[in-house]
Amino acid sequence: MNDATQPPADPGQAIIHFDKVVKRFGDVTVLDSLDFEVAKGEKVTIIGPSGSGKSTVLRILMTLETIDEGVIHVAGKPLWHERRNGALVPASEEHLREMRKEMGMVFQQFNLFPHMTVRRNVTEAPVHVLGLSRAEANERAEEYLALVGLSDQADKFPSQLSGGQQQRVAIARALAMRPNIMLFDEPTSALDPELVGEVLSVIQRLAEEHDLTMLLVTHEMQFAKRVSDRVCFFDKGRIVEQGPPEQVFVEPHEERTRDFLQNFLNTA
Amino acid sequence: MLMGIEWDTSSQWAFAISILPILAKGLLVTLQATAVGFIIALVLGLILASLKTSRLKIVAWPARFITEFIRDTPLLVQLFFLYYVLPEYGIILPAFMTGALALGLQYSAYTSEVYRAGLESVPLGQHEAARALDLSPRRTFTVIVVPQAIPRIIPALGNYLVSIMKDVPLLSVVAVLEMLNVAKIIGDRTFNYLIPLSMVGLIYLILTLVAAAGIRYLDTRLPKQGIPLK
Repeated sequence: MNDATQPPADPGQAIIHFDKVVKRFGDVTVLDSLDFEVAKGEKVTIIGPSGSGKSTVLRILMTLETIDEGVIHVAGKPLWHERRNGALVPASEEHLREMRKEMGMVFQQFNLFPHMTVRRNVTEAPVHVLGLSRAEANERAEEYLALVGLSDQADKFPSQLSGGQQQRVAIARALAMRPNIMLFDEPTSALDPELVGEVLSVIQRLAEEHDLTMLLVTHEMQFAKRVSDRVCFFDKGRIVEQGPPEQVFVEPHEERTRDFLQNFLNTA
Repeated sequence: MLMGIEWDTSSQWAFAISILPILAKGLLVTLQATAVGFIIALVLGLILASLKTSRLKIVAWPARFITEFIRDTPLLVQLFFLYYVLPEYGIILPAFMTGALALGLQYSAYTSEVYRAGLESVPLGQHEAARALDLSPRRTFTVIVVPQAIPRIIPALGNYLVSIMKDVPLLSVVAVLEMLNVAKIIGDRTFNYLIPLSMVGLIYLILTLVAAAGIRYLDTRLPKQGIPLK
């Protein structure tokens, strides 16, 4: 824990910085002394077998899971800690609230609010967290619903939409908070195959047209190849291999990466 | 004669018809006791539920104990306790209020569990989405959790309303003139128990069937996804 009190080597460059992060669920070590960095504006895809800790990385960043050891910096500030009198102490709820403003998350199960219209889903947090007026928030909702191609669905309830449309609303909802970092946790895994494409193309457009930092957990390898600057292969709570998609997908150095990709192509 | 109304014993039918207005007065008391008891159960149950779900063990634990204690002791014991013991400490309530309070107290243990189960039935993903959007815990509770819990809570509360109504005759032991007590007094005076008691049974049957149909109707009309917010 000695070096945990040191700020990261260059916090200006890395917008996300994991330093020897350990996460355990009971006896299971989900993240095993993980070092991991994401540069500002970088699009990073995390692949790997289930239970390898991929989603946990996102959930920890979104403050949905705590960490057991190590330090995480987001935008130069410690995420799960606060600096008090030079020492790092566990973060208060106010600090976490402040830090969450950096990030938006899209969930595997969409997690839209089923009793709210699409518009209300997208405006609820801008109004009650950012303090926008209803009119400003509605305007912003229109902007992001247009971005995901759902301008005409604002008055519908989630149950009236297809899975693909629901996930696009969820993307608009996260974007409406104007985060610097977007976290996508298997955004197409709960979708019927014919609806996957519309969600992926929205994410791809985001990746191409915005300077958002994006962190994606996905099983869509072709998609990962298209959008990512870097692919990380996770196994047993560690990064086994990482690099540009051409390298990781086409000529992986590691045996385990090859096995995983081989198995994946055979079963997919 | 009871409550200023004469009965006609010339035939069973005439007798039945003549005591109907007297039973109706008893029925009114039954319905009033049901309503007051239910309101007490709704409010007290909500208080118990919020205490039980408190993160502070020193608050949650006694609330859980009280719920368990109320649930595991007979309503009649609680009724006697309130009726005979409270006056010793200077708290003298009319029989009707004592009865309604006992009903409300007993059923607050059940309604508190209904509230708790309803609130907990809102999926974890909803809490996570609210947290990811940085909504405050208060906002999450009032706008995300409660509107989704209400449609799950109301039908269960309706069933307890019917149960309370069926427990009101217990109040006859502390001399509340509810419907059963009225029927018994008529029987005592006319030596005809069959007709008044059968009528009480029949009236209860009708009330319960109507209430059950009402609850079923309400259940089909409630928005399953939660109270809609535009």
